[in-house]
Amino acid sequence: MSYVSSNRKPLLSRKATNDGHAEKSPYFDGWKAYDKDPFNPTQNPSGVIQMGLAEHQLCFDLVQEWLVSNPEASICTKKGVDKFRDIALFQDYHGLPAFRNAVAKFMGRVRGDKVKFDPDRIVMSGGATGAHEMITFCLADPGDAFLVPTPYYAGFDRDLCWRTEARLLPVVCHSSNNFKVTRKALEEAYAKAVEANISVKGLLLTNPSNPLGTILDRDTLREAMSFINEKNIHLICDEIYAATVFRQPDFISIAEIIEEDQEYNRNLVHIIYSLSKDMGFPGFRVGIVYSYNDAVVECGRKMSSFGLVSSQTQYLIASMLSDDQFIGKFLLESAGRLATRHNDFTDGLCQVGIKCLNGNAGLFLWMDLRGLLMDSTVEAETALWRVIINDVKLNVSPGSSFHCSEPGWFRVCIANMNEETTKVALARIREFVLRNGNKPNRKEKCWQSDLRLRLSFRRIDDVLRSPCIMSPHSPIPQSPLVRTRT
Amino acid sequence: MRLMLSGKATCNSHGQDSSYFLGWEEYEKNPYDQTRNPQGIIQMGLAENQLSFDLLESWLSENQDIAGFKRNGKSIFRELALFQDYHGLPEFKKALVQFMEEIRGNKVSFDPNKIVLTAGATSANETLIFCLAEKGDAILIPTPYYPGFDRDLKWRTGAEIVPIHCTSSNGFKITARALERAYQEAQNRNLKVKGVLVTNPSNPLGTTMTQAELDLLMDFIIEKQIHLVSDEIYSGTVFSSPNYTSIMEVLSKYEKAEVWDRVHVVYSLSKDLGLPGFRVGAIYSNNDSIVAAATKMSSFGLVSSQTQYFLSALLSDKKFTKNYISENKKRLKKRHASLVSGLQNAGISCLESNAGLFSWVDMRHLLKSNTFKAEMELWEKIVYDVKLNISPGLSCHCSEPGWFRVCFANMTEETLEIAIQRIKAFVESVSRGHDKAIGGKKCLNINLRKKFSKWVFRLSFHDREAGER
Repeated sequence: MSYVSSNRKPLLSRKATNDGHAEKSPYFDGWKAYDKDPFNPTQNPSGVIQMGLAEHQLCFDLVQEWLVSNPEASICTKKGVDKFRDIALFQDYHGLPAFRNAVAKFMGRVRGDKVKFDPDRIVMSGGATGAHEMITFCLADPGDAFLVPTPYYAGFDRDLCWRTEARLLPVVCHSSNNFKVTRKALEEAYAKAVEANISVKGLLLTNPSNPLGTILDRDTLREAMSFINEKNIHLICDEIYAATVFRQPDFISIAEIIEEDQEYNRNLVHIIYSLSKDMGFPGFRVGIVYSYNDAVVECGRKMSSFGLVSSQTQYLIASMLSDDQFIGKFLLESAGRLATRHNDFTDGLCQVGIKCLNGNAGLFLWMDLRGLLMDSTVEAETALWRVIINDVKLNVSPGSSFHCSEPGWFRVCIANMNEETTKVALARIREFVLRNGNKPNRKEKCWQSDLRLRLSFRRIDDVLRSPCIMSPHSPIPQSPLVRTRT
Repeated sequence: MRLMLSGKATCNSHGQDSSYFLGWEEYEKNPYDQTRNPQGIIQMGLAENQLSFDLLESWLSENQDIAGFKRNGKSIFRELALFQDYHGLPEFKKALVQFMEEIRGNKVSFDPNKIVLTAGATSANETLIFCLAEKGDAILIPTPYYPGFDRDLKWRTGAEIVPIHCTSSNGFKITARALERAYQEAQNRNLKVKGVLVTNPSNPLGTTMTQAELDLLMDFIIEKQIHLVSDEIYSGTVFSSPNYTSIMEVLSKYEKAEVWDRVHVVYSLSKDLGLPGFRVGAIYSNNDSIVAAATKMSSFGLVSSQTQYFLSALLSDKKFTKNYISENKKRLKKRHASLVSGLQNAGISCLESNAGLFSWVDMRHLLKSNTFKAEMELWEKIVYDVKLNISPGLSCHCSEPGWFRVCFANMTEETLEIAIQRIKAFVESVSRGHDKAIGGKKCLNINLRKKFSKWVFRLSFHDREAGER
């Protein structure tokens, strides 16, 4: 279809026709392999296992049990239908009071009740995806920039930049200090922007981190606060994985840091939240913008008209999150199951000499395969990635898709499958390593270089020409993305 | 601190200072309730359809299976909770397009692959404009139009609206002259016209477009090589003749032509089914690029999977939809007749209409002068003295003072009767010369009046304030 009419008038906007949706990223390539050949334990046991999707599937049994015991939470059941009319009519962008109260309480609980959230500062949005776009529309004009530490979630390029025309500037973090966000890196990124005459509007942190699976320590958070106060720029904290912290150290929310010093300018701080990861409800599109800035709350609320949470869902969530006993049980059980799953994987990987970044949160591992690269380049990483997809049949996400500055890191999602599939995935990794490396009790370094050599003798050409995978530079339009968020 | 926010955050393009919304604020402070606050303000500014919930509720009682997230007795909670595919639930899209076909008397067919689901028509309209226009571009819209368009189409997209002025001289119909004038005005303002957006059936007029108007629009957009967006959110509320003709019916004659790709429909279940809280909107287009782009953009406002599932079950029940569509129309027709005849008895006429959830009421004869200032004074009286929240024509960008949109489907019959009595009493008091002075009572606080005046001033000159983007 031509974008231009016969007398050359452009028919569609630039936003409709540019690549701002960021779907041409190699990040989405692996999905195609999965979609063509999805693993199923009985029907397709040799299919590709999806490990590129950061979903929390470990606690649905608890939620289902709660639903059965609480039919009145649904306005469609006999017990709840007397509320149907009022809820169906409710389109107030303030949101159901019960919903806001429940979400505020839940957010507090997730943070160990060390902080309290004000229900009147809760603004709804179409998932965290909508929340990120909305806060950007509130804070930034076209051309303005946000600093964001690498590696970061690939969706940010779309969410913060596409229709808003804002930009993201990387704050480069390194494995040498476990990807810590240093003051030095922040200052460097800021200075670079100033030099290029780019107006920096804020800093975006994801805590716990996607893709690292780590939490920010108190010092880092304090440095970040001090940095944004000094530069008088905003701080957006995406705390979408807050309840996925499964082990010490405890999660520290920016909400806690704010209370530490009265000198901090609260008007600069905004939290993004969602139930997609902590509860496992991405389909329900429950996104939240929590701002300490009254003007942002006011503006955000008006903008939320473009992505309100379905009142039917608000009602259900209000009911569920207000059940203190259930929530207490859920949070405890969820953390326990995530810890177990995390250990299963890290132990299994360790046994074959594969290390991961030491993390205590998230729904994924940040796997270190630098030792397997032919050389430290993105091309080598991509080649290895294709081997993992085609030969090992696991859809994992290459670090380059997260703008990681060091090739060789991969994000591997582990909470979106059952135990049986976990075993299959680990067995495949083990088998691949053993097939291509030596015995697992060999010294790590030797083993890795052996494996690397063996990989280099593979017919990389074959891999590159594999019909399953398109080159990330392929001009052929690809739309493997069927998820709005990973 | 306002300097720290974006231009969009600090401008007034959200349009919320409009009287359309101000009246709501006053209603919120003093809402009518039959028992607890019988002297309160009756809400007649909200185009909601509250007439047919019993039909939905009885369907629910007979279909309890879907209520507990179950399909054929088996729990599908997990699948739904995880489903975030921006292509939408296939069974829902199928049911939705079939419902849209049914509303159009099955005279058109819709392809589920060409529909994009969004969080309400608010989001659908904005998304479509993001795909069609940007800063420096204009969309032509016939007046009077839904006040929310100022926010939905302009605020974050940066596009502009240029009005196609319609007047009571011909029942507010679109004319070729008005279209040309609007196009010219856009050119004079250095704006590139990207398309025309119409609401059919019309909000606030409550009328369906004639074949002549539809043909005129098609000719216009073909000649200018621009888009046409038809917001058909009220398509299921056509309760009497003339029969409804959707733009899709007209478009079917142009299947191989270039214009095929440039006509798009917006829909929602907020009005026809009375479910505004569920945020179910849709964009329908033959243009693959728009469907592709809009689908990706819908990520920012998807429909909750819980809601998609419920509605797919509801709308797949053809027995239910057939009965609902016909019964809903009957009730709307009756309610419309009650309001129109009630107003007639008070010497007030309405634009003849056959659709919508409101009447376009002619109160020009009650104005002190043929000015918007007089309209505002009359509106204040109606809100504060008569205690009815209705929407003044200026808030809908009407070019003639004295018209008001009055909703009739968002209340019980009893409440409507009371509203009519209040109007009658008011008109009688006016004719007896017992005109209450506004200044004396000070019902409208000074700030509110300043807000409204500023807004009126701005609208009259089609200006954006300095500092707005």
